[in-house]
Amino acid sequence: MSQLALVIDLNVCVGCHACVTSCKEWNTSGPAGFMTDENPYDKDPTGTFFNRVQTYEIGEFPNTETMHFPKSCLHCEDPPCVPVCPTGASYKRKEDGIVLVDYDKCIGCRYCSWACPYGAREIDEEQKVMKKCTLCVDRIYDESLPETERKPACVLACPTSARLFGDVHDPESDISVTIREEGGYQLMPEWGTQPANHYLPRRKTHMHIHEDELQRADNPLNKEQRGPSAPVEEPTLDDSTSW
Amino acid sequence: MHPAFSVIFLTTLIGVGQGMFLALFTGQSYSAVELLPTQNSADFYATGGMIALLFLIGGLIASFFHLGRPERAWRAATQWRTSWLSREVIVLPIMMGLVFIYSLMHWFEWDTILFTAKTGARLQVTLVIGVLGMLATFALFICTAMIYACLKFLQEWHSPLTVINYILLGTASGFTLATAFANVSAPDLMSFYAIWSMIIIAAGLITRMASLFRNSRIKAKSTIQTAIGVRHTKIEQKAMGFMGGSVNTRDFFHHATARFLKAMKWIFLLLTFVVPFILLWSGMNSQSTGTLLAAFVVQYVGLIAERWFFFAQANHPQNLYYQTI
Repeated sequence: MSQLALVIDLNVCVGCHACVTSCKEWNTSGPAGFMTDENPYDKDPTGTFFNRVQTYEIGEFPNTETMHFPKSCLHCEDPPCVPVCPTGASYKRKEDGIVLVDYDKCIGCRYCSWACPYGAREIDEEQKVMKKCTLCVDRIYDESLPETERKPACVLACPTSARLFGDVHDPESDISVTIREEGGYQLMPEWGTQPANHYLPRRKTHMHIHEDELQRADNPLNKEQRGPSAPVEEPTLDDSTSW
Repeated sequence: MHPAFSVIFLTTLIGVGQGMFLALFTGQSYSAVELLPTQNSADFYATGGMIALLFLIGGLIASFFHLGRPERAWRAATQWRTSWLSREVIVLPIMMGLVFIYSLMHWFEWDTILFTAKTGARLQVTLVIGVLGMLATFALFICTAMIYACLKFLQEWHSPLTVINYILLGTASGFTLATAFANVSAPDLMSFYAIWSMIIIAAGLITRMASLFRNSRIKAKSTIQTAIGVRHTKIEQKAMGFMGGSVNTRDFFHHATARFLKAMKWIFLLLTFVVPFILLWSGMNSQSTGTLLAAFVVQYVGLIAERWFFFAQANHPQNLYYQTI
């Protein structure tokens, strides 16, 4: 069974919120209906989003580092939100591991949002049903789109390619290799939810230039530019022998 | 967590109804083995059962205010295999039905004696219904409490004490109501109920204090470090990604000051346990219905405060992601 997931490279994310707006745009225009915004241009605007980009400061001034942290549903392998649902509206798809809400069955009791330690579920205050990231399930299988566009809207929008999409159960998939080789990790591992989405840690990329590299000792150019050797007094071997 | 008043009223009202039914059933069991004088079926058991049923219906109505889509509520009975909420949705009407049948049979005095022991103890049909009702009542207490206790990352709730407290506090309020009711319609049983109420209140105080003690020493398993996966001792959130608030900022935090929270703790400890205990004691001695009813009313107000505090105290790990605008 495959498990589709996102891998988010925190080293690359610049916190531009393009994934947030692209997600909102795609999903508010989707077949599942709009995503409510209340007072969008007034005091106290509020609304439903599937994806948020947060910002954290790590360390103490002046030695700080800013980390932008996109957070959406992690599509846990053992999702705590699914078994608590009294109606069966929340479910995890067997074929690709996407955790979804059936908006026609949801009674809006909010219990699943209590059961999610990541705060990934947001109720739609107007439609009164629970909403969450669908991994753009209405897009990734759409054969009318070119194959390169059959990816979640957030992945396509990311200008720095900080978001990767694929199957984490396939050990040879790009994202599995990335997780393996770049130290991909899960959020809140203490609860055993086994999130499918992984994050790649921030890495310091320093450029080390050694003095040798500035002035190469064995630069062949130096050899070529060496002038002819000075004339000598004594006869050379060439003068006394003839071949 | 943000204390939702629909859930506060649901849990406290059905608690009273359940406790009231348990009190009636206890009284009938005692009189069946001739430890207490037999009561008039219609006046005491049938009327008492109807009072219990009114509280249960009140709780059911309150629960609908919690739903976004109440017209689909019937669907909530489908996932009983995995969801405690679904189990509660099934057990609540069963329990209400049994209380209704119990009251109805007492009202019409359909009380065939199935079996009489040599000692004079009698097994009536209503007692059999009562046993089923009692089992359903305890099942309902367990379902209601497990809705909260099964959420392992809400560490304040994830404890057997949650279940014990729901059982004891619900039963205590029902027994207190039964004491006031008995003073009117079955004065022989009043002191029996008053003493049991005081015993259950004392037991409830001990277990609730135990849970307060436990919760005050909880070490949160989730930290900002595990939440974002960065191993640094000093991490501070600078932005949650939006400025206007969302469900995440509204539903998971009580938005009260620490002082208010602390005040609520003392208020509920006084109103749920101490004051009703004293009022029950003085009402038992003076046989004053007014005092006994005051004990119930004060305790119910105390239970609303208790439930508010129960929700407010639970610290959801998702709040780690929503610390600053």
